[in-house]
Amino acid sequence: MYSDSLAQLASGLSRGQFSSVELTTTYLDRIQRHASLNAFITVDPEFSLGQARAADERLKNGSAGPLTGIPLVHKDIFCTHGLLTTCGSKILHNFVPPYDATLIRRCKEEGMVTLGKTNMDEFAMGSSNETSWFGPVLNPWDQTRVPGGSSGGSAAAVAARLGAAGTGTDTGGSIRQPAALTGITGLKPTYGRVSRYGMVAFASSLDQAGLLTRSAEDAAALLNVIAGFDPQDSTSVEEPVPDYTAGLGDDIGGLKIGLPKQYFDEGLSPEVETLIRDALRVLEDRGATLIDIDLPNSELCVPCYYVIAPSEASSNLSRFDGVRYGYRSEEYEDLIDMYMRTRAEGFGDEVKRRIMIGTYALSAGYYDAYYVKAQKLRRLITEDFERAFEQCDIIAGPTAPTTAFELGAKTSDPISMYLNDIYTISVNLSGLPGLSIPAGFEGGLPAGLQLIGPYFSESRLLNVGHRYQQDTNWHQQIPGGFE
Amino acid sequence: MAWETVIGLEVHVQLNTHSKIFSGASTSYGADPNTQACEVDIALPGVLPVMNLEAARKAVKLGLAVDAEINRRNVFARKNYFYPDLPKGYQISQYELPIVAGGHLMIDTDTGEKRIGITRAHLEEDAGKSLHEDFHGMTGIDLNRAGTPLLEIVSEPDMRSPAEAISYLRKLHTLVRYLDICDGNMQEGSFRCDANVSVRPLGETELGTRSELKNINSFRFIEKAIEFEVERQIELIEDGGSVKQETRLYDPSKNETRPMRTKEEAHDYRYFPDPDLPPMQLNEQFIENVRKGLPELPDTKKRRFVEAHGLGAADANQLTSDIATADYFESVLQQTRGDAKTVANWINSELAGYLNENNLEIGSSPVDTTMLAQLIDRIEDRTISGKMAKDVFRSIWNGEGTADDLIESKGLKQITDSGELEAIVDDVVSRSPDQVEQYRAGQTKVLGYLVGQVMKATQGKANPQQVNAILMDKLTGGA
Repeated sequence: MYSDSLAQLASGLSRGQFSSVELTTTYLDRIQRHASLNAFITVDPEFSLGQARAADERLKNGSAGPLTGIPLVHKDIFCTHGLLTTCGSKILHNFVPPYDATLIRRCKEEGMVTLGKTNMDEFAMGSSNETSWFGPVLNPWDQTRVPGGSSGGSAAAVAARLGAAGTGTDTGGSIRQPAALTGITGLKPTYGRVSRYGMVAFASSLDQAGLLTRSAEDAAALLNVIAGFDPQDSTSVEEPVPDYTAGLGDDIGGLKIGLPKQYFDEGLSPEVETLIRDALRVLEDRGATLIDIDLPNSELCVPCYYVIAPSEASSNLSRFDGVRYGYRSEEYEDLIDMYMRTRAEGFGDEVKRRIMIGTYALSAGYYDAYYVKAQKLRRLITEDFERAFEQCDIIAGPTAPTTAFELGAKTSDPISMYLNDIYTISVNLSGLPGLSIPAGFEGGLPAGLQLIGPYFSESRLLNVGHRYQQDTNWHQQIPGGFE
Repeated sequence: MAWETVIGLEVHVQLNTHSKIFSGASTSYGADPNTQACEVDIALPGVLPVMNLEAARKAVKLGLAVDAEINRRNVFARKNYFYPDLPKGYQISQYELPIVAGGHLMIDTDTGEKRIGITRAHLEEDAGKSLHEDFHGMTGIDLNRAGTPLLEIVSEPDMRSPAEAISYLRKLHTLVRYLDICDGNMQEGSFRCDANVSVRPLGETELGTRSELKNINSFRFIEKAIEFEVERQIELIEDGGSVKQETRLYDPSKNETRPMRTKEEAHDYRYFPDPDLPPMQLNEQFIENVRKGLPELPDTKKRRFVEAHGLGAADANQLTSDIATADYFESVLQQTRGDAKTVANWINSELAGYLNENNLEIGSSPVDTTMLAQLIDRIEDRTISGKMAKDVFRSIWNGEGTADDLIESKGLKQITDSGELEAIVDDVVSRSPDQVEQYRAGQTKVLGYLVGQVMKATQGKANPQQVNAILMDKLTGGA
């Protein structure tokens, strides 16, 4: 039952084959059994079972929604009323929010159960889940390897079947890359499609909440719950929300898939490239056409991102000052000393590094050379995509250049870590939706195929993903030891 | 050497919206600490700002009233600095593209009207308050004020004396209350002012180095602070020194300014556009609606009072200094037979005196417009004399009744029956042979004494003009 699709689980619940309490208990047991993955920061069985009981009540009295009673895991970046929310940081190690993020509220209103809060890179800054103050998450496919990041906890939990599905956030690839590295499906919706309210901000103009699921079909069902305009988020978009499950199964004959030559360059491991080419052939067999396209400013993405994201982060993280909540240094001389010690002790190295880079980039005399310049590059990168979508319906390529790397392999070399997001970052800079789906294995490790669409084309991406998953079974593979 | 003073002012106007600029929390003043600060105001992780359109509407009102450009697209920026009463570690303000750009105010000076340029006005949020007393060496933070909307109105360095600065401030103070965008309460900090002050040799066109005087909260202190600062700068330069660009605080208890931080210590605020708030787009319809809702502005009203009601400039100025007084005047005028000049006199001297003495705004005057109109009517129809009316006014003020009630209950009705008056005059004349003699001998000043006797005999109820006429008639007629 723990490996069933959301549709199967929903059907089982509504027919009374099992209760939400039973389902929740099953997952809670698995979470406990596989605690060594370190996928969770907070698990509160009583909290979860309370929600499950309420869901069972709704299932009985006829007020249930399509996903009522289904247990989810939430990245610890979403504020959960009454449940610890740390964002993977010591500075929030004791923060219990008095309110729910909009995404959490929507899931609650649907009657879904929160199984726990998943581990993540500190403030979502990282691509391996190794910057978490709560320690790294292990990849269920090989526990000497990273699960990717920053939504590494949700990815590992979903891959290991410790929850029916998970939520995450994607600022530069933080949903898609861990999805690829753990063999699951990761959807980063269009910027503004899902509310950011209550999601601890890393880089506001890039952050987007999304989903880590076992299939495109599951992602579609869940997107129906979390998508939509939120008056509390001025950057959310008043665009009608379609039924994302309705378009699944549409014919993809004639679909034009653009392959950016920059995504198949020397940075891509030949083994992953082979898997991606094979995956594309599956889509060709369904009637899609592959065309070569050019995204000439691709190489500017990483430098552009590493100015904009740290700049926004340096400002967003100023509120963690020890004054009102969270960690405060035990001893200090005066106000400035309190700030300095609190932040020195409360933040990890990667977060400090980005705060410093961002502070520098926004400083008087450097602002034009860095921040303003990066905004211009961002425009160029976005225009590349606009031109590309005049030629093709979606863009496809690898999600990450390699499969999961070993724990510690890149922690001392930030640049090599940053390059892991080389194919995902441009999607955030442009605000486009992106989907990563499992595309096979190399040496027992999964790789991801990334699909990128025009604004608000989630339905199209999910349909292509679904079609692919009808013809393949990569997404149904369960890591050894987790069956 | 002759020196010229150069002053530019930055006024922080607290907009009187019901809720905060980026959250739904209430803005009312004086609540218990931290009871009017919601999750957005205290900057919990994950919260986001949502623009309060009412604040934009009020900013546009000001912009239109000072003939400024309204930037149809304006941008919120973050001003980054750490302070305990600044919960986010940045203030949301406007930097490169403010909502209001370029405008002016005409002020009155000794030498006539003068145009003071307004560089810009931008929206921003207020910070909370740090309370340093009562916490045994610790600091208390009250975030009730955090997120209250402010409009910062920045003038050009166009003022040349403390008096001009005060004139500008008073004008602006009047204007924001006319527009109903700010309650103007300086004690509560709703209207605060920073002054940029520099001096230069008379005739010099380059600006001198300025100092910025922070947060001065009364007209009197602003004048004193600038006066002190001008003298300090002149002395410094004449002694061979030079002015440092710095921020200074005015201490009213010592009447001096002292340095707060120098330019070198100034924060690098690292302004950048706030990614949580898309640029504000104002369409023509929005601006037109605000324009249609504008009240008659003080200058226009003043001109109308002079032209339509025949008032002198001084009277018109005083009546239009706040909209409540102007409305009071027009309301009385509508209800009385008295002319505008008479009504103006009553409001500007008698009523203003009582209000001042009791520290009341005209809105809370115990003498309402109907009461004053009735009183003036009783003078006009000669029921009571102007002199007696002042006593009646005091009684109305004290809540003893309306003019008609008081005239009735106290028997104050003027004696206007000439037969009755003549009899009294005859009596006075017959009892004052010496004075009559003197009058007839050409000492006409003695008439005043005789009128006084008649008034005394009637307990002031006689009409003085009438008494005068009868007396003259008797005295000259008897010759």
